[in-house]
Amino acid sequence: MQYAELLVDAAAVADGLQRITKEIAERDPGADLALVGIRRGGEPVAQHLARLLGARTGQIILLGSVDITLYRDDAATALPSPRLGPSHIPFDVAGTRIVLVDDVLYTGRTIRAALHALLDYGSPRRIELAVIADRGGRELPIQADYCVARTEVADDSRVEVIADDESFRVVRTKGARGA
Amino acid sequence: METSSTGSSEGQARRHLLSIEGLAASDLERVLDLAETFFQVSRRPVRKVPTLRGKTVINMFFEPSTRTRTSFELAGKRLSADVVNFSGKTPSTSKGETLRDTIRTMNAMNPHVVVIRHSASGAPHHIIQHTSASVVNAGDGIHEHPTQALLDAYTIRQHKKKLAGLRVAICGDIAHSRVARSNAHLLTTMGAEVSMAGPRTLLPEKLAEALGVTVYDRIEPALEGADVAMMLRIQHERIGSASLPSTREYARQYGLNAARLALAAPDCLVMHPGPINRGVEIDPEIADSAASAILDQVEAGVAVRMAVLWQLCAEATEPLP
Repeated sequence: MQYAELLVDAAAVADGLQRITKEIAERDPGADLALVGIRRGGEPVAQHLARLLGARTGQIILLGSVDITLYRDDAATALPSPRLGPSHIPFDVAGTRIVLVDDVLYTGRTIRAALHALLDYGSPRRIELAVIADRGGRELPIQADYCVARTEVADDSRVEVIADDESFRVVRTKGARGA
Repeated sequence: METSSTGSSEGQARRHLLSIEGLAASDLERVLDLAETFFQVSRRPVRKVPTLRGKTVINMFFEPSTRTRTSFELAGKRLSADVVNFSGKTPSTSKGETLRDTIRTMNAMNPHVVVIRHSASGAPHHIIQHTSASVVNAGDGIHEHPTQALLDAYTIRQHKKKLAGLRVAICGDIAHSRVARSNAHLLTTMGAEVSMAGPRTLLPEKLAEALGVTVYDRIEPALEGADVAMMLRIQHERIGSASLPSTREYARQYGLNAARLALAAPDCLVMHPGPINRGVEIDPEIADSAASAILDQVEAGVAVRMAVLWQLCAEATEPLP
């Protein structure tokens, strides 16, 4: 994949994922834990985190995914050709501690939509948010509980996470580096 | 999916679903794929998504209908659209208001989608000139019933995992069936092999060439080796006419019973658009058997109609040149 700049390399992301695995495991250890990846970028990250958490805690980590297309605040106006996909929540949401997982946190609108979608499956014990890259630029009062890396980029740039098997890199694909 | 696009005040192409005829396999596949996602919504604890919040759907049913109207109503509501039902037996039509005036009145209330069922073939095509909404044909005369064909295709795909190459027998009053017509267009476009069977008096001339299907005046050859047997409802008002002497006679010659079903493929799926006349076009035991997909069709109907409403309301279209 072509990109303009490597912001966080695979080794640093791997270290960061180990760190947030520990943070997630140490918080509320008694609760049933489920990871829900936001389609599509969050899915591989959630799968990877579930393996790390399972290895660390010896527990079975529930895993799901959520498609937010139907919950976007602009769903009925602005989608040129939405790639609508299925959500997959194969566990009882009620009473479960859920960590929502995405690759890049930007405006917060995706997270807002994902929260709404999840709540339509039931009332969880708590929902937390884990991301690989927080690039700033929030348009809603939403923050990550667990974050691998914060990146400073200009508004017109685009930050993406490239997933290859078990490794993730944070890259800038267009626009300029921020101050 | 648009069978025709017309301009609207926003300068965007307005989309309609008026018929299956003319739609490409890729259009049809897209609706069926979308419907799979919407199918899930109806099986969740909260059977509603906020997608079409603020959109208005008017169901205009000038012919009696329970299942189709309920299905469209639920489809709209599960997408959070506001749905209003208008039935043809209301004062305005009995007072002699013309269809044109009725639709113009409804249009003044600014709906996004108008769903119409009418006994006149072509009524939906007519009303697009008098509304700025997207129009969905919910059955027009003996012309088409596109969402029925889509839900039938969805149900077949659900059970058989494909449409191409399947042998589908459509049996009954072919001449007066918009369901048969829409299904024939859809299934042949998707590569299925369609045969039709019914009393000679209820088989229109030149049907085979027009629809690309094989036509029989006996049910047995159509059923032979069929993967799907689609039975059509016999309209009571036609019984006793020259074309259909009696229900008993019809059931004896054209009703689906165990002996006839044995001619079909071993896992043949039995379908019926409903409401069924038990003991006329279908033996009650078969309607209730494991081979019957009749209730699956009803469930698929909501999902398919959600997909259609979503496409008309939410998918942006190319602006008109």
